[in-house]
Amino acid sequence: MTALPATALPPAVRPAPPGALPIGLARIGLELRLYLRDPGQVVFSFAYPVIMLLIFGSVFGGQTTGPDVRFEDYFLAGIAATGIMLTSFQAVGIAIAEERERGDLVRLQVLGTPPTSYVIGKAGQVVLTTAAQLALLLTVAAVAYDVPLPADAERWATFGWVAVLGILSGTVLGIAVSPFVGSARAASAGITGFSVVLQFFSGVFFVFSELPSWMQQVAAVFPLKWLTQGMRSVFLPDRAAAGEVAGSWEHGTTALVLGAWVIIGVVVCVRTFRWRRGDG
Amino acid sequence: MTTTQQAPAPGATAAERSPAVRVRGLTKRYGQRTVVDGIDLEVRRGEVFALLGPNGAGKTTTVEILEGLRRRDGGEVLVLGEDPATAGRSWRDRIGVVGQATGAGDALTVRETLDHYAVYHAEAEGTDELIAAVGLTEAAGVRSARLSGGQRRRLEVALSMQGRPELLFLDEPTTGLDPVARRQFWTVLERLRAGGTTILLTTHYLDEAAHLADRVGVIDAGRLVDVAPPEEMGGELRARSTVRWREGDGFRTVVTTEPSAVLRDLLAARPLAELPDLTVTRPGLEEVYLQLVGAVPASGTATDADGGTR
Repeated sequence: MTALPATALPPAVRPAPPGALPIGLARIGLELRLYLRDPGQVVFSFAYPVIMLLIFGSVFGGQTTGPDVRFEDYFLAGIAATGIMLTSFQAVGIAIAEERERGDLVRLQVLGTPPTSYVIGKAGQVVLTTAAQLALLLTVAAVAYDVPLPADAERWATFGWVAVLGILSGTVLGIAVSPFVGSARAASAGITGFSVVLQFFSGVFFVFSELPSWMQQVAAVFPLKWLTQGMRSVFLPDRAAAGEVAGSWEHGTTALVLGAWVIIGVVVCVRTFRWRRGDG
Repeated sequence: MTTTQQAPAPGATAAERSPAVRVRGLTKRYGQRTVVDGIDLEVRRGEVFALLGPNGAGKTTTVEILEGLRRRDGGEVLVLGEDPATAGRSWRDRIGVVGQATGAGDALTVRETLDHYAVYHAEAEGTDELIAAVGLTEAAGVRSARLSGGQRRRLEVALSMQGRPELLFLDEPTTGLDPVARRQFWTVLERLRAGGTTILLTTHYLDEAAHLADRVGVIDAGRLVDVAPPEEMGGELRARSTVRWREGDGFRTVVTTEPSAVLRDLLAARPLAELPDLTVTRPGLEEVYLQLVGAVPASGTATDADGGTR
């Protein structure tokens, strides 16, 4: 051990602590590193949609549904929506439970970390991993399964706002559920299980309009159904809208429901998020 | 460890001359159970203060209230002149914390961890200096998950001193460390103290308190039962010496606060005889501590107790 440099810094010469933004930006880098070094996250949230696409492509390849819509095209929409949910809601919910258990959150509290910095870190990481995931997914879909990617700017714009609302709602809801899911083990099982059930209900594994109506109604409460439907409006031809339950893409309702979940998530986060359980 | 007190710099403000920690009548309850029961405590600037007590005595709860991590149910608390319950980020940057439950992303290496958390401080100590200071140079590229218990504690200490705090809280920092690691740890703390850092640590190791602390506070069942420099701990209890010698088949013992007088009388009564196995002992720190926390009954005040053949 060498001589210790650490001497107490007197208050008179101590500058103000850095703002929320520089800490938040540094946290994006940290969150990305932690995400990519966690094999569970890389397989079950990042790579999962591509694996799903490969399986679906092998099973249903060449079949059609509704008005001449190929299964590959139909399911790509659901898989893209699922990917967004996994990299946002599922990844964030599970990661926070682990951080809480490991004591990372107590450290942030001890350091006086602004909660805004924490949210910036999470959101930044989710945006970047989701973007990378969607790029990989669409590339595989286009190259391996000849799924036609949209050619016009309008469809890409739809893709953009649907994805952004999906990422936002997934991230804030992931943070919002974290105080209620218990241990990291329970969080991993509970959140993953919930995600899978929601995929069944939301038309990811089956054609949505062929599901029992009670399932459709339950699914309509949650974001994934709307996310999936929004993605179908991007990847399927316009005539396919006739195959939807409402007979149209319902862009207005989609934006409304996803937006409402963002607001609900933010309110729950602000009211219930604590660095640690119990007595604050 | 030097015994000179850190004198406040000339021109220091009233706040800088005030004690680092000032606590009056602190209470904390969990449901019906009172875990901190009216503690008064003062930690001076520049000193090392050890809170010593058995598990469950209320040490961690007290320290967590001082760190601003827990709410209190009653009493006044000032830490570096501010109430931890309402103090802001600038105050947090002036304190350092080594808790029992703080973690830092297992998948990051020691160097990555320190580089990252440097961003949170107004002014951060260099990563290389910190790594060298806590003796983690060889483990700098190792991920936290693969560090030994002692290395992990040292990383915690490096993180706690990264922002050059005026006051450092260490909650049972050496629990679970082997003797060599503990000694290394003590050296780090001694150097920090020499750099003007006030240190409040909790421990249930007596030798640690005796070695490191300028003053020791003994806490038991949520009450502070004694505060004194380690060599004076126990006051009255400590002053009682035991005079013991062999007489016939057994031992005779006399517990007294005036061993010299007892010895004078004893020897005067037997001017020519040898007193076999004559000893005069004062209670050690451990004995005093165990009496203070009620683990063993205090030795009697009788001046002529027959100790029998113990």
